[in-house]
Amino acid sequence: MVYELLNEHGLCNYYTLNARPGTAQRVPVRQHKFAFLEEEPIRRRLIQYEDDQQVHVTFYIPNIHCSSCLWLLENLHKVDAGVQQVNVNFSKKEARVIFIPGQTTLRKVVETLASIGYEPYISLQDLQKKKPPVNRRIFYQLGVAGFCFANIMLLSFPEYFSGEHHMDGTMSLVFRYLNLALSLPVFFFSAQPFYASAWKGLKHGFLNIDVPIVLAILVTFVRSVTDVLTGAGAGYFDSMTGIVLFMLTGRVLQDKTYKGLAFDRDYTAYFPIAVTVVKDQQEIPVQLPDVKTGDTLLIHHQELVPADGILVKGKALIDYSFVTGESAPVAKQMGEIIYAGGRQLEGNMEILTIKEVAQSYLTSLWNRDEMQNKEQKASFIHLLGRNFTWIVLFIAAVTTIYWGIYDTSKIWPAVTSILIVACPCALLLAASFTNGHTLRILSRHRLYLRNAQAIESLAGTTHIVFDKTGTLTGKARSAATWHGRALTVDEQLAIGAVGSQSQHPASRAVAAVCGKPANTEVLRFTEDTGQGLQGWAGQLHIQLGSAAYTGAKEGEGSQVHVNVNGDYAGYFLLSHTYREGIDDMLHALPYSLTLLSGDHDGDAPLLRNMMGAGADLRFRQQPHQKLDHIISLQEQGKQVLMIGDGLNDAGALKQSNTGISLTENSNNFTPASDGIMEAAQLRRLPAFIRLCKASKRVILISFAVSVLYNITGLFFAVQGKLSPLTAAILMPASSISIVLLTWALSEWAGNRLLGDDSHPRA
Amino acid sequence: MSVIILLLGASLIVALFFLFAFIWSVKDGQYEDDFSPAHRMLFDDKTDNE
Repeated sequence: MVYELLNEHGLCNYYTLNARPGTAQRVPVRQHKFAFLEEEPIRRRLIQYEDDQQVHVTFYIPNIHCSSCLWLLENLHKVDAGVQQVNVNFSKKEARVIFIPGQTTLRKVVETLASIGYEPYISLQDLQKKKPPVNRRIFYQLGVAGFCFANIMLLSFPEYFSGEHHMDGTMSLVFRYLNLALSLPVFFFSAQPFYASAWKGLKHGFLNIDVPIVLAILVTFVRSVTDVLTGAGAGYFDSMTGIVLFMLTGRVLQDKTYKGLAFDRDYTAYFPIAVTVVKDQQEIPVQLPDVKTGDTLLIHHQELVPADGILVKGKALIDYSFVTGESAPVAKQMGEIIYAGGRQLEGNMEILTIKEVAQSYLTSLWNRDEMQNKEQKASFIHLLGRNFTWIVLFIAAVTTIYWGIYDTSKIWPAVTSILIVACPCALLLAASFTNGHTLRILSRHRLYLRNAQAIESLAGTTHIVFDKTGTLTGKARSAATWHGRALTVDEQLAIGAVGSQSQHPASRAVAAVCGKPANTEVLRFTEDTGQGLQGWAGQLHIQLGSAAYTGAKEGEGSQVHVNVNGDYAGYFLLSHTYREGIDDMLHALPYSLTLLSGDHDGDAPLLRNMMGAGADLRFRQQPHQKLDHIISLQEQGKQVLMIGDGLNDAGALKQSNTGISLTENSNNFTPASDGIMEAAQLRRLPAFIRLCKASKRVILISFAVSVLYNITGLFFAVQGKLSPLTAAILMPASSISIVLLTWALSEWAGNRLLGDDSHPRA
Repeated sequence: MSVIILLLGASLIVALFFLFAFIWSVKDGQYEDDFSPAHRMLFDDKTDNE
């Protein structure tokens, strides 16, 4: 076991570090499981850096979960001497391994990792693209803006406080030119994200909110530079750098990413990187994209079927839960078609591929044209900002005409100060801070949205589509009910003991209701693939399995028949349990609902009752039918929110206006979506949507408050009397009050709608 | 008065030092992972074959 291995290498204090070191077990690794890592093209793709001395490679290890993992992995060099150094990034669940090429190989390192329970997740995605390097530019920009703003503010104080008694001439000049110098990095470097976004908007003929902001930054800068150069004044450098700093902060807050969560997984993240091809009696590992139609693939126990194929050898028990969310495995006979995405549960099998990986039924969903053109609706902030800009421009024009008549020398100061004081920066601030807060409040309640856009689209939802299996029902949790003669306690415990010997979900469910005694030994246990299992527990011989296996009569639904000492005792009926609170949640949703289930319609009356008479219930839906249904709803002008979990929902999730995928634990892989929600939180969906709507109101309220500041500023500006001091008071006052207001309002809304029983994310 | 300008220069240099310290810490990846470093320092090295 793991302990022995660790003990050999003196790593025993692994167990002293953490009272519950977790589930890591020494996993038997199939001998040639990682043989593909010796293939040069695959090896080259995975390795980041290589020379004679060392090789660098980073693995994604989903099993990393506690401080002991960290310790164990970073001491890997004691287990494998060829390993030089391991560096774990806990939040990304990544381990960067440096090893010496002469002493160990990539394959050996991976095998060692797998044997101590930290099997790296190597998928087809690793083969296709290199991860983009982390972009830290915005943090540098933020740091520079903060530095310049603080210094400019301090250097401006003497000017403001000197009042009527003007300060020493040279001193004043030094301060002004220093300010000018300090504002340059902000203008040319820190403000770049706004220029880029404004330019992108203009190129697409769309006047987004960054356009007036860039205009304001530009006008402030030009006005300030001319003021300083001509000696007319100190300029508005502090206002300009301050607003850039605040807006950058908002942007960082809003663009917070969740490390360890990925929102854009396609099928390549699920599929293995290589597969064993049988050719002339030889087993060769082949990169997945190189698999051709007509190749014979050897699928090992617990491996994923990567391409559609016909079963030609061995027994197949396929778990399609990845694809459909349905956990009951399906037995396939020789000659039947096995679709890609299923996982083989029983032993090895060989399949003859009939389609290439990219053409397979499941993967072809990603290659459909409709998927690409998900329309991006412009945020209401841009529309609001545009109206705001027109009003400001109108005021500027009126002021120009007025001063043109009365005093032409005042046109320049008046118009520039209007543009300085009335930039929609406050609106942008309100929006980005509110969105940032809302994302954080939602993440505290385990709904992780991809970006701020998702808040708005969630708030605009008019129609909700649910998947059934794995979404409304628990994925693994199926309840078993007993139908048959009364069982004695001993019999029940014996059934539990025998059932718990198997990994089959049905026997697990049976074992769960029977309870498993700690010390009952099961003797002569055998399992018959796809049929049933039997064993002796104490004096009782238990057989569990299909009707054919136990010799019982075939019945309705998923049943597990039971023989005790050779006599038929009855059967367990398995049914999915609906998640807690689903009923109330569905009743609380004031939207039209649709159910798209890949399953049979056995639960239709129950679902009808839960979802109401108006709901559209569709059963036996294929993945492409789900996708088509979403498209047809959208053509009716509906804003569709899709909630699903499996790969079969992936197309629909991507197509819908907001797609949220459920996960039972955050290590799980979720298909591409706009948000990832922890499954138990599904009952909170109505509150989540209300919070998103509330966040829009918070933005509007904060914006209204900021307009008051704008009006005050405009009052001075139109008269051409806006002094740098007034601007320097108004700008931080409005910015800080908006930041505080958005925070207070969003927290209040979050508390009211979601309660405060949240657990901060570790 | 020129002493103020001298002080100004000194304070700017100190501030610049902090700015570069910040940039360095971001570049170094110190904000990438807030779990491992804090726990790593708690592990004892029983053997010293590092």
